[in-house]
Amino acid sequence: MLDYTAPSTVEEAVRILAGAPGTAKVLSGGTDLLVQLRSGRAKPGLIVDIKKIPGISGIRERDGGFVIGASTPGAVLGECEALRQAWPGVVEAANLIGSTQVQGRASLAGNLCNASPAADSVPALIAARATCVVAGPSGRREVAVESIATGPGRTSLSPGEFILEFHLPKRPPRSADAYLRFIPRTEMDIAVVGAAVSLTLDAGGVCADARVVLGAVAPTATLVPEAAAALVGRKLDETSLAGLDQAARRACKPIDDKRGTIEYRTKVAGVLARRTATIAYERAGSIDEKASRIDHH
Amino acid sequence: MRKHHVSTIINGEPTEFLCEPQLTLLDVLRDELNLTGSKEGCSSGDCGACSVTVDGRLVCSCLMLAVEAEGHEIETIEGMARGHDLHPLQRKFLEHAALQCGFCTPGLLVAAKALLDRNPSPTETEARYWLAGNLCRCTGYDKVIRAVLDAAAELRAE
Repeated sequence: MLDYTAPSTVEEAVRILAGAPGTAKVLSGGTDLLVQLRSGRAKPGLIVDIKKIPGISGIRERDGGFVIGASTPGAVLGECEALRQAWPGVVEAANLIGSTQVQGRASLAGNLCNASPAADSVPALIAARATCVVAGPSGRREVAVESIATGPGRTSLSPGEFILEFHLPKRPPRSADAYLRFIPRTEMDIAVVGAAVSLTLDAGGVCADARVVLGAVAPTATLVPEAAAALVGRKLDETSLAGLDQAARRACKPIDDKRGTIEYRTKVAGVLARRTATIAYERAGSIDEKASRIDHH
Repeated sequence: MRKHHVSTIINGEPTEFLCEPQLTLLDVLRDELNLTGSKEGCSSGDCGACSVTVDGRLVCSCLMLAVEAEGHEIETIEGMARGHDLHPLQRKFLEHAALQCGFCTPGLLVAAKALLDRNPSPTETEARYWLAGNLCRCTGYDKVIRAVLDAAAELRAE
């Protein structure tokens, strides 16, 4: 027997969720949950709709960074010019999820907590060093996005806990990110491989900081420090790209299925990491050019 | 099972209904409110036949619980024509023969209207990506896209 409730405060939501351990499901955009309800994969006794909590949907700038409410739909992310400028990779990743209709509802928190290895927004959020604020019975804690998903369909959230918001940090100058996924068609599909890269360049175009994350090639999105290390300390050249490619391939532990064999996914991960890094590098450099043009006039 | 009382505005009309929590907005539109223009194709958010707007934003009504409609404004295909006057998109779909069986048509029209409300002069590429979540299994998309772009041109001229 299913029931529904829509609490209007964080405390009330936590109390309800903690009081119904194992049987309550958090509802945000519902684009995964409703499909699971219909197929019988999810059989909750209670649906807790968090969208009536003030501030749970929307974007605000804070300390040079961004606070994104857990339930903010993908379409709203795509319409936020300031967010697109600062974090183009996060926005393009979130906007790849599903159709226009799905974008009208689907949220970052849902994409993260659904815990699909192929979730598009998750590698980009991890590359961005995004954190999320988790509300629960013992208060609030801020944790790295990479600590949430623990395996396909599984998260580290305890009973009563849910994600309230995401924080994206302030960007140093000459920074940019990018996300690419490989799918066998042009639109409306699930990643066979995803790659997110976030870079900061120094004034000479040398990569000063990098984060490389792969999706859909392991049980969870995978941060690959060795791939980032191949980029840092150099301009983007054939040596660094070859090192990135090799490190990305080594980090893969993919499944073998009809959408891609292990060998194929591994090879594509290297290629995609190269392409994504190239886009992030060009974006970071063009931000510098734009800034210096403004300086000169 | 406890029924929830929901107050919404549907196609400009204040509308109230009672519903069980597991029912989707599509279930209630079709089975309670007799607004059967929105179609059930896949019930998993893949086909777009159930497209409606909620507070102006395009969604699949099969991916939303009916109780979530509380306090929101819904527009369905039934709100598109003004009496016997078809919306330009509807006329252009007829002129361009952009439908055969018609099952996908209400969803395509609602989605196309949401596009033109936001972007009065979409490129062909923009229109194709916007409508990528509306599947048609008989007419094909070329006629649909031509009808949408032609309607956009007519609406701009007005």
